Amino acid sequence: MMEWEVVIGLEIHAQLATKTKIFSGAATQYGAEPNTQACAVDLGLPGVLPVLNKEAVRMAAKFGLAIGATVAERSVFARKNYFYPDLPKGYQISQFELPVVACGHLDIELEDGSTKRIGVTRAHLEEDAGKSLHEDFHGATGIDLNRAGTPLLEIVSEPDLRSAKEAVAYMKKIHSLVRYLEICDGNMQEGSFRCDANVSVMPKGSDTFGTRAEIKNLNSFRFVERAIEFEIERQIDLIEEGGKVVQETRLYDADKGETRSMRAKEEANDYRYFPDPDLLPLEIEPSFIEAVRATLPELPDAKKARFMEQYGLSAYDAGVLTASREMGDFYESLVEQAGGEAKQCANWMMGDLAASLNKENLEITESPVSAAMLAGMIKRILDNTISGKIAKDVFAAMWAGEGDADAVIEAKGLKQITDTGAIETLIDEILAANPEQVAAYRGGKDKLFGFFVGQAMKASKGKANPAQLNELLKAKLDG
Amino acid sequence: MHNKTIAELSAALAAGEFTSVELTQHFLDRIAKYDGELNSFITVTAEQALAQAAAADARRARGEAGPLTGIPLAQKDIFCTDGVRTSCASKMLDPFIAPYDATVIAKFQEAGAVMLGKTNMDEFAMGSSNETSFYGPVKNPWDTNAVPGGSSGGSAAAIAARLAPAATGTDTGGSIRQPAALCGITGIKPTYGRVSRYGMIAFASSLDQAGPMARTAEDCALLLGAMAGFDTRDSTCVDMPVPDYSAELNNDLSGLKIGLPKEYFGEGLDPAVKAVIMAAVEQYKALGAEVVEVSLPNTHLAVPTYYVVAPAECSSNLSRMDGVRFGYRCENPKDLEDLYKRSRGEGFGDEVKRRIMVGTYALSAGYYDAYYLKAQQLRHLIADDFKAALEQCDVIMGPTSPTTAFNIGEKKDDPVAMYLADIYTIAVNLAGLPGMSVPAGFADGKPVGLQIIGNYFAEARLLNVAHKYQQVTDWHARAPEAFA
Amino acid sequence: MALDRSDVAKIAHLARLAIDEEAVPTYAQNLSNILELVEQMNQIDTSGVTPMAHPLHMAQRLREDVVSEVNQREHFQAHAPSTEAGLFLVPKVIE
Repeated sequence: MMEWEVVIGLEIHAQLATKTKIFSGAATQYGAEPNTQACAVDLGLPGVLPVLNKEAVRMAAKFGLAIGATVAERSVFARKNYFYPDLPKGYQISQFELPVVACGHLDIELEDGSTKRIGVTRAHLEEDAGKSLHEDFHGATGIDLNRAGTPLLEIVSEPDLRSAKEAVAYMKKIHSLVRYLEICDGNMQEGSFRCDANVSVMPKGSDTFGTRAEIKNLNSFRFVERAIEFEIERQIDLIEEGGKVVQETRLYDADKGETRSMRAKEEANDYRYFPDPDLLPLEIEPSFIEAVRATLPELPDAKKARFMEQYGLSAYDAGVLTASREMGDFYESLVEQAGGEAKQCANWMMGDLAASLNKENLEITESPVSAAMLAGMIKRILDNTISGKIAKDVFAAMWAGEGDADAVIEAKGLKQITDTGAIETLIDEILAANPEQVAAYRGGKDKLFGFFVGQAMKASKGKANPAQLNELLKAKLDG
Repeated sequence: MHNKTIAELSAALAAGEFTSVELTQHFLDRIAKYDGELNSFITVTAEQALAQAAAADARRARGEAGPLTGIPLAQKDIFCTDGVRTSCASKMLDPFIAPYDATVIAKFQEAGAVMLGKTNMDEFAMGSSNETSFYGPVKNPWDTNAVPGGSSGGSAAAIAARLAPAATGTDTGGSIRQPAALCGITGIKPTYGRVSRYGMIAFASSLDQAGPMARTAEDCALLLGAMAGFDTRDSTCVDMPVPDYSAELNNDLSGLKIGLPKEYFGEGLDPAVKAVIMAAVEQYKALGAEVVEVSLPNTHLAVPTYYVVAPAECSSNLSRMDGVRFGYRCENPKDLEDLYKRSRGEGFGDEVKRRIMVGTYALSAGYYDAYYLKAQQLRHLIADDFKAALEQCDVIMGPTSPTTAFNIGEKKDDPVAMYLADIYTIAVNLAGLPGMSVPAGFADGKPVGLQIIGNYFAEARLLNVAHKYQQVTDWHARAPEAFA
Repeated sequence: MALDRSDVAKIAHLARLAIDEEAVPTYAQNLSNILELVEQMNQIDTSGVTPMAHPLHMAQRLREDVVSEVNQREHFQAHAPSTEAGLFLVPKVIE
C-alpha cells in the first residue's frame, strides 16, 4: 500500500466590513430587498466608472501588517473577463500581477501542541459578485446585484497545509485574525467569510505536487474539513485504481457529503486579465502604512503569550481565552472585577459560561451573564458567602435572568453556613442517627468519612462551608 | 441666426435681440427641414429643448445668465442623458433610456445650455466614416456623396450644415479631429483626463476623451471651459483648476515655434491636402511664428499599436452589453449562452464585432505578451517621440487627415484601409496629448483640416494658436451652399 | 497571423458572439488582415521598454467610505429586458 501526502492551499474570501462598496458609494448592508443596494456602478450601466474606497485599502493594509507581509507601495487593479449573470460588467475588478499584500505568514497550532508556520502568498482586493436565485421564476433565474461590488480580500495561502485539520486550523486562525482587526464580521452563514480549497495528493516523500482540484465556496469550518477529507479520499482511490486526477473546479454538496465536478464553469477558462484602464495604480505612502500600523490591536498570538505570562494560564487556556478579541476582553474585564483571581475566572469562563453559550449558540457578546455579574459571583465564592458547588446554581439562576449573584443568593437563601455552632449541631444529629457507621469508622474504616460529609451537606442543603464542615467532623469523629 | 457663432449668439441673447426659445425653435426648424437628408441626429429632443430654452430665458430675466445660457447644443449620442435614449448608434442600445446624466451633460445643464438632441455617430464610436451607425450613414454637407468622417460625424455634419451652433464629440483615435477636418469645422480633443468620462459610454478607456466641436476656436474655448474639470466619479480625471480658455485667445504668436513632423508629410498624403497645410503654415509665419522640422519616428507604428490597445479595451468594455440588465435582448433565448451570443451577435454591427474579436484574441492566453504588452511598450515609445519633439517646438502642426472626405461606401469593406485614415490622429490619443483640427482651406471643393498638437494641458495655447489664425482667415466661416 | 474558421469560432465563443456560419470566412479574412497590420509592431525591438498602460502618471485617488447612493431600483429597471420582484431574470442557470 502506497503512502500518500496531502497538499492543500486555501483561498479565503473575506468580505471587508466597509460601509460602502469597493468602487461605488452604495451601501453594503446584508439582507436588503433585491437590487435596492445596487447603484448604477454596481449594475455596470453604460458609462459608469469605478472609484476606489479608501477604507478597503486601509483594511487590506491592516491585514498585511498583521501577518508580517509586505504592503505594496504600488499595486494594480486588473480585469478578469468572463460572462456570468451575477457579474454585471462581464469582468471582475481584481488584482492579478501586483497584489496589495504579499509574502506574509501565520502560525497555527497542531493537535500535538506544536506550532507550524503557514505562508500567505498574497492578499488582494477585489469586488464580490451578485447572487443568482434559483427559485423558480417560470423556469428563469433571478439576479440580485446587492452583493455586487462588496469589497473582498482574497487571502491566498502557500500549499503548506498537509491535512484537512491543518486547513481548518489555518482558516480558524485567519477568521479570528480578521475579526481581531475588525476588518470582517466573519459571518459565515451570510457568506462574509468563505474559502476555496486547492487539494492534491502525491506519494509520500515526492517533491512534485499532484494535479489539484479546486473546491469552491466552502462556507463553514465543518464543510471545509469534510470536503477536503472526501476529496483526498476520492483522489487517492482514483489514482490507486489507475485513474488520473484532472485539474478542475468542484463543488461540495453538503447534503451528500461529497464533491462533484462543475463542468459548466470549467470550459475555456481564459480570463484575459489586463490592467483596468478605468483605475490608476494604487500607490500607498509609507505614512499611510504607519498610520494603519498605529491602529493595530494586540494580535492573538501576542495576547495569548501575555495571558500565559500575566495570568499564569496554561497554553491551552490562554489559547481558548484569546480565540476572539471579545473573549479576551471579557476575560480581562472579569479578572479585574473579580479581584485578580485569574485561574478561577478562566475556569468559570471555559466551564459553565462556555457550556451555556454553546448550548444556546450565543456569542460571548450576547451572554446574558456579563463579566460584572460573573465577577460578582466569584467574589462571593472568595469571601465564603457561597461554596463553589452552590455557585453553579447561582450561575444558572443568573443565566436564567434572575438577577445578579447577591440577589440570587438572597432570594434563594443560598448563603453558606459558617457558624461553627450551627455546623456542630448538624454534625451531632448525623452522628446520632448513624451509630453503626460511627462505630465502623472508629474501628478503622476511614473511607466512611466521605459518607458523613455527604450526609451533613445534604442536611444543610449544600450550604455548609465545606472546609469548616471537614474540620469539625474530623474533630468529632476522632475525638 | 444660424450663421452666428456662440460668442455672437450669446451677445445677441444678452442684448435681447431674440430669446433662447426663438433661437432653439429656429434650429429645430432647420433640423426638421434638412436632417432628413443628412441624418446627423439620432434623436431630436424638441419638447425638452424648448422647455430648457424657456428656463434659460427665465434665468436670463433673473440676471443669472452665463455665456452658454440659452445656447442650443447637440450632444453626441455617446453621452448618457437621463430619460432620453442613449444608443451609441447601436441596435444594442436602441432600447436604452439612460437613467442618469453624464457629467458633461450635467455641466452643460448647469451652464443653462439647451440640448437639441443626440447626434449620429459610428457604432460605439468605432469608425472613421459614420457608416457603422445602426441608424444609417451621415452625409457630408459639403458633398452628400461623401462621408462626414467619424466617429463624431453627426456632430460635425450638424455644425457644418448650421443645424446646431456647436456639439460635443469624443475622440479615441481622431473621432473629433477627423470629422471636424472633413466637415470644415473646428474641434479640440483635450488632454486625457481634462474632461470627465463619467457617463460617456466607453470605447477604449485609456484613450477616450470628450471635447467640443464648433465653428471657431473662440467657441471651443467657451465650451471647453464648461466641460472640463475635476469629477469625483472618474478616477482618471485630473484634479487641476480649469483655466479661462477665452482669456488667452488673443495672445501674440510672434516667436511661436511650430514643429512640422517630417513623417506627417510623406507617402500617403494627398498633394492637394499638403498644399493647403503648407499654405496655412505660411500664414503662421506671417503671424510671426518660426517653423522647425521635427521627427516622430514611430508614427508608422501608431495605427498597429492602436489596433491592439483600443480593441483590447473595447472587448472588455462592451462585455456589459449582455442583454441582462438593459438594452437589446434576443427573442426567445433557449438558454443563458444563447441569450448572450444572440443578443450580442444581433445587437452589435460587423465593425464592433470585429474589434471585439481582435481585442479578445490579443488578450487571450498565449498572445497577451506578443500583442497587448508589445503595444503598451510601443505606446511608451510613441509618447516619448512627442516628448522629444515638443522640447524643440511649442506646437506640432500637420494635416488632420491624409485626404479630404472620401465617398460613402468607398472603404466600408476594407477595415484596414479605413483604419489608415486616422494615421495622423491616432498617436495623439496613445500619448494622451491635446490636439485640434482647424479649417485651413479646400481641396477639390472639400474642406481640409490643419491639426495642431500641443503639450499636456496646453489647451489654452492650442486655442490661442487656432484663434489667431481664424482672425486672419475665413475658412471656418464658410458654409456649404445648400445649407447657408 | 492568419486566422482560420476554427480560430474565429473559438474567439467568437470567448466573446459570446453569435456569428452566422456564412459570415465566418469574411471575418476570418478581415481579422487576419487586421492582425497582419498589427504585426507591423514587430518591426521594433521593445525589450526593456516599460509598458505604458495609461497616458497619465498619476496614482489612484481614494474615496471616503461614505454612502452616497440611494435606492433607484425602479428607475434602473424601468427599461430592463426582463424583471420580476425586483430581480433581473435570465434563462435558468445550471451550476
